[in-house]
Amino acid sequence: MNVQKQNHSSEQQEQILKDQKKQRKASYQNLMLSVSSILLFFFIWEMVALLKLVPEHYLAPPEAIFRLLIIKIHDPNPDGAVLTVNILSSLQISFTGFIAAILIGVPLGWLMGWYRVVDSVVNPIFDIVRPIPPVAWIPLTIVWMGVGLKAKATIVFLSAFIPCVINSYTGIRQTNPVLIHVGKTCGASDFTIFWKIGIPSAMTMTFTGIKLAIGNAWSTLVAAEMLAASSGLGYMILQGRNFGRTDIVMLGVLAIGIIGTIIITLFSHLENVVLRWKRK
Amino acid sequence: MAIEKEVILQLKNIEQSYVVDNSVKQAVKDVSFNVYKNEFLVILGPGHCGKSVLLNIISGLESAQKGQVYLGAEPLAGVDRRISLVFQRLALLPWMTVIDNVAFGLRMAGIAKAERRKIAQKYINLVGLQGFEKSYPSQLSGGMKQRVGIARAYAVNPEILLMDEPFGQLDAQTRYAMQEEILRIWQQEKKTVIFVTNNIEEAVYLGDRIILLSSCPAHVKAEYEIQMEKPRNTVDPEFLRIRKEISDNTDLAL
Ligand SMILES: Nc1ncnc2c1ncn2[C@@H]1O[C@H](COP(=O)(O)OP(=O)(O)O)[C@@H](O)[C@H]1O
Ligand SMILES: [Mg+2]
Repeated sequence: MNVQKQNHSSEQQEQILKDQKKQRKASYQNLMLSVSSILLFFFIWEMVALLKLVPEHYLAPPEAIFRLLIIKIHDPNPDGAVLTVNILSSLQISFTGFIAAILIGVPLGWLMGWYRVVDSVVNPIFDIVRPIPPVAWIPLTIVWMGVGLKAKATIVFLSAFIPCVINSYTGIRQTNPVLIHVGKTCGASDFTIFWKIGIPSAMTMTFTGIKLAIGNAWSTLVAAEMLAASSGLGYMILQGRNFGRTDIVMLGVLAIGIIGTIIITLFSHLENVVLRWKRK
Repeated sequence: MAIEKEVILQLKNIEQSYVVDNSVKQAVKDVSFNVYKNEFLVILGPGHCGKSVLLNIISGLESAQKGQVYLGAEPLAGVDRRISLVFQRLALLPWMTVIDNVAFGLRMAGIAKAERRKIAQKYINLVGLQGFEKSYPSQLSGGMKQRVGIARAYAVNPEILLMDEPFGQLDAQTRYAMQEEILRIWQQEKKTVIFVTNNIEEAVYLGDRIILLSSCPAHVKAEYEIQMEKPRNTVDPEFLRIRKEISDNTDLAL
């Protein structure tokens, strides 16, 4: 009996190892495809610009933008701040709003999903706030808080808060009732079941919500910076346009895209660590 | 097989109905029976006849509209740590490792970590899962997952184990293997087991006693005591005779 089980487990381990190898190979191939596609994109772009298929003041070639990137690291012209200052300013505001949105939105969603009372109290207000596009708050926040960090962080907060609440709410609502029964038959209190079974069950959806929130936070921030700011990537883009500098505008847009991707990727890694039990 | 006929659990005139689409649907109708200490009792009945409802009542997850369950001499009030459940559908906590799943009931009972690890390990060994302590449920096969469920139910050292069609989702071969396993475990760790199934052969293979339920609403249709030695041979004439007798008495093709 024991010998048989030993075999069983080593056979299984071999299978797992084999699967992992296959997966690694597949993910390497996918990486290569992605890299090629990005290179091809830049190549076509460069060609279009070089052959002047599009006028130069509409489309700067990638290498011009790359040169500008090097310059912009120490040159504050034309918008008044070097690139890194703009990036840090944008990051600071978006993280302030975003982290506040997680800290408040996620637990609120969990509590609303688990406790009827909280749901009944919060839901009507939430339903009214939910369809308002975050940028619609910009004029009000300018009146209330000016154009500083606080105003923009508030707008970012509102945009990130909504998906945090909705997804953690939905996630905890989908807790498998059988698992709740497991908790009950083990003599756990309702709060213990909420804490030990509800929240872990909601984790996958909660992470989806947080990832949506990152996207929202970042795009809303840029919109806010275009309307009310004195630094930041959005502000840099706006000034680029005012000075007729297409290359500045494009550098700003690219920076937004790349930084957004980096944040989402870092976050996906965190998700993989927290949800490591999902790996087969 | 000598069974001390000490009554450990008593069901008296249990009834349960639900309102479904504005009409009352009775699921359990006047069910009464005794359960004796350390016996392997099988409750056999067709699908959707109210077997799970009955087990939910015994486990205290639901309270009966009429009738009363007695644990020993006292009426049962809600969930009770002396009664432990192996669920019909897979009910492992997917974010916990095997050992944490097995120790979950102990943790809820407030037992210190070192102690519950020790107990959990004992039951992991009992169900033959040594080496898989740190695996997650998603890495296990169906049969192995159900072993974890069994170990978890045993780990809290209950007086009565309820098993709700625990092998219903397994393929035939794994199912036979698990039937042998559950007998081995039951012989090793003497406990009262109430095992629900809709499979006649499984019932005759495992049960010291079989309570046959009718189709919806469930009520006790017949009771069989099976004296044959375990493990039983499923092609033994006596086995086949009992099997046919029960089968002729059931409401629907099970
Ligand atoms: N909570 C409930 N609400 C409404 N109907 C229920 C509920 N629980 C069980 N029933 C009904 O009771 C009947 C018996 O169900 P169940 O005990 O799950 O059957 P089974 O014997 O297959 O375990 C079913 O027809 C089911 O629809
Ligand atoms: Mg059932």
